[in-house]
Amino acid sequence: MIPMNMVTPPPDLAAISALQSKLVSALRPILPEHALLWEPEDTIPYECDGLAAYKRMPLAVALPETEEQVAKILKICFEMQVPVVPRGSGTGLSGGAMPISQGLVLSLAKLKKILSIDPFSRTAVVQPGVRNLAISEAVAHLGLYYAPDPSSQIACSIGGNVNENSGGVHCLKYGLTLHNVLRVRGILMNGEIVEFGSLAPDSPGLDLLAIVLGSEGMLAVVTEVTVKLVAKPKLARVIMASFDDIEKGGNAVAAIIAAGIIPAGLEMMDQATTRAVEEFVNAGYDLEAAAILLCESDGTPEEVAEEIERMTAVLEQSGASGIRISKDETERLKFWSGRKNAFPAAGRIAADYYCMDGTIPRRHIATLLKRIQGMEKKYGLGCLNVFHAGDGNMHPLILFNGADEEEWHRAEEFGTDILEACVELGGTITGEHGVGLEKINSMCIQFGEGERESFWGVKSAFDPEKLLNPDKGIPTLSRCAEYGRMRISGGKLPHPELERF
Amino acid sequence: MNAANPIIEAFREQILNAAKNQTQLSIEGGGTKSWYGNTNAHAKLDTRTYSGILEYQPEELVITACAGTPLKEIEAALKEKNQILAFEPPHFGEQATFGGAIAAGLAGPGRISVGNFRDFVLGTRILDGKGQDLTFGGQVMKNVAGYDISRLLPGSMGTLSLLLEASVKVLPKPAATTTLRCHISQAKALRTLNEWAGQPLPLSASCWIGNPSGEGQLTIRLAGAVAAIKAAIPIMSSLIDANELDPQSAETFWNELREHKLSAFENLAADQTLYRLALPAACGPLTIPEASNEIVLEWHGQQRWIKAQGDDATFHSIKQLASSHGGHATRFKQGTNVNPAFQRFTLLSEQAHSKALELVQERLRSAFDPAGVFATKRLP
Repeated sequence: MIPMNMVTPPPDLAAISALQSKLVSALRPILPEHALLWEPEDTIPYECDGLAAYKRMPLAVALPETEEQVAKILKICFEMQVPVVPRGSGTGLSGGAMPISQGLVLSLAKLKKILSIDPFSRTAVVQPGVRNLAISEAVAHLGLYYAPDPSSQIACSIGGNVNENSGGVHCLKYGLTLHNVLRVRGILMNGEIVEFGSLAPDSPGLDLLAIVLGSEGMLAVVTEVTVKLVAKPKLARVIMASFDDIEKGGNAVAAIIAAGIIPAGLEMMDQATTRAVEEFVNAGYDLEAAAILLCESDGTPEEVAEEIERMTAVLEQSGASGIRISKDETERLKFWSGRKNAFPAAGRIAADYYCMDGTIPRRHIATLLKRIQGMEKKYGLGCLNVFHAGDGNMHPLILFNGADEEEWHRAEEFGTDILEACVELGGTITGEHGVGLEKINSMCIQFGEGERESFWGVKSAFDPEKLLNPDKGIPTLSRCAEYGRMRISGGKLPHPELERF
Repeated sequence: MNAANPIIEAFREQILNAAKNQTQLSIEGGGTKSWYGNTNAHAKLDTRTYSGILEYQPEELVITACAGTPLKEIEAALKEKNQILAFEPPHFGEQATFGGAIAAGLAGPGRISVGNFRDFVLGTRILDGKGQDLTFGGQVMKNVAGYDISRLLPGSMGTLSLLLEASVKVLPKPAATTTLRCHISQAKALRTLNEWAGQPLPLSASCWIGNPSGEGQLTIRLAGAVAAIKAAIPIMSSLIDANELDPQSAETFWNELREHKLSAFENLAADQTLYRLALPAACGPLTIPEASNEIVLEWHGQQRWIKAQGDDATFHSIKQLASSHGGHATRFKQGTNVNPAFQRFTLLSEQAHSKALELVQERLRSAFDPAGVFATKRLP
């Protein structure tokens, strides 16, 4: 990957300091004193998001408490032509909320009220800083919940979910954020308040809501979200199936879908992962298995019984070496505990880990896993594989020691190699974590010049001055050219067989 | 690079010529929905030459096909593997194409339980107004690389780009379906349906047909696991006194509803218009003095169909009524005597907090189509 100094030219400290004073004095009159930070000791917690390897200090951080303040901040920044980086809970894993040296970080964390809940129409209106899980907790007494459940749901905010189009463990059956958000109220960079979508099933004009979802804070600043609530299933049970061969496990995933079953969750872990997590959570995993598949069914008790029976039959036919079915809720949660704790477990066995997020067609799961095994040898680094098998979304966790800079570069190279393999197998470089800054070079691999030009066209339609999170998501032409030159080693492109669209 | 294909080259040439001559192209498949949207008399770009299923692997739950592929060919291929387009796009004629269905963006009875057309589009290949061959999205369910441009195509009615190919998510056919019918007032039907929708019941579609004073008949479809339906029937029957339809009549009913072949849709008088209202779930029965005899409510009341006079004053009052409840209205189909030049849609400028989006939409269109080749105004 590219050294950080390529992202921004070396800053002119005097100019930055002058701009900072100008910005702070423009914002002070419209914000309470505690809602504007610019001293380095106050802004340092904002230097990075969940991808801690990417850091930068902003000019200032604004923490507005009302939509009106957000609009005023944007207007001022628009007039001053200061770039703005919106930020939710800072749990993003792709550097999407990494500050810009000559820009403002706009934290929406203080807009955290649930504005209304309507059980009749199964909707809730919430501010962007509301945590994902807080929505489900607030409506649990009504027998409803908000379906998308990214692993970070305790902390991540709905505004962030909208911007990343977050998925989760259950999105195979219940969909992504895209499928569960009806309306987004937001503010354009010029300060104008707009609404995308509505409570009706469709809206006039082009479906702009579809493009705002997953736009990584580059099109509008979200100030209100109307989410769809769904009925909580009466029961959930999970099957834990062991496979002595990764390929058999991968084929079992395809066989379940081919049998006409859409499980509520379909997750896979390789042996390295089960061994790492078992020590940590004692979930009772089969440590001899090459792969473990967790396959969940939810619904009415009758429905679950029927589906568990059908899934068990398919798993047996697919050559599962062992099958266990959760007896009760405690056991179900125990089976899941290892999957949910894979990241902390990785953190226990290595100093650092680098989480990847490629998606591939399900039929290539075993192929990719085998290629990753080869890469482990090539880069001399270990890798744990946990993933949303049902939708082919892989989360390889590359283990490394961040104190050793050379090792971090090797981890980055390893990651890029995995992503390029995902593209080659007909998949994508990011399933749910976003491009951010992290995968911006890989965008040059996945998309051709025409597509990237169209992305800039979309960006300009919303933000012609390119001030809203402008350095994320889409690479510039020159960046891709530079990246192309850097990736050529020994006069050869990596993966010469790859279509360069 | 996609290998040069003579059919695509011919499309490109047509687009570039139109750009050079500053004329517009009206994209058309089988022409089964040519009456839908604002009238235009521009030269046609016929997509039917680019036809065929490109890839279909049932275990991936995705089908990829060319825009000109007949919709019935796609549905037949899915049926063979016991899969479906769960949002049930209407055909409105034998010749309906895959691309036409996407461009219209319409969905049938299943929409209320599974989502809209755009919810199922995973990737597209397009020719933009500059003749560029572009690919967005892909064949996987989860993909956040770049803006989700593919999902802008459904419902864009040919005003953005020429759709060449699309990958659409498919679902297994439900293991079982049952259709129930009862006599019930509109108010009670709306209340009951929305209450059921908040419970873990396998409710997949609903349709209430009745008169403007609120008397009518409700038909509901349950779909899912055999056991789930068996368990749900007593719960639902306790609230409504319903009869079960035999499978054949049930299938005919849902098809005729989707295809607008029920009497409530047919025999549109020359000076009448079939209006479509899209409304929030919370919207109760509406009093529409202009409405003629039969009213149809689908999607638990979120899509409503009425026949009324086709003049501007009537559309205006229906639009206002829909807007005041947080929805919008469309002149879906006009009678033969109604002025074809009428604006069929609610405009963004007529909606709250949408005015600024008009400019965004205009810029978006010109980014894909600077010369305005697809600027037919079929969708404003």
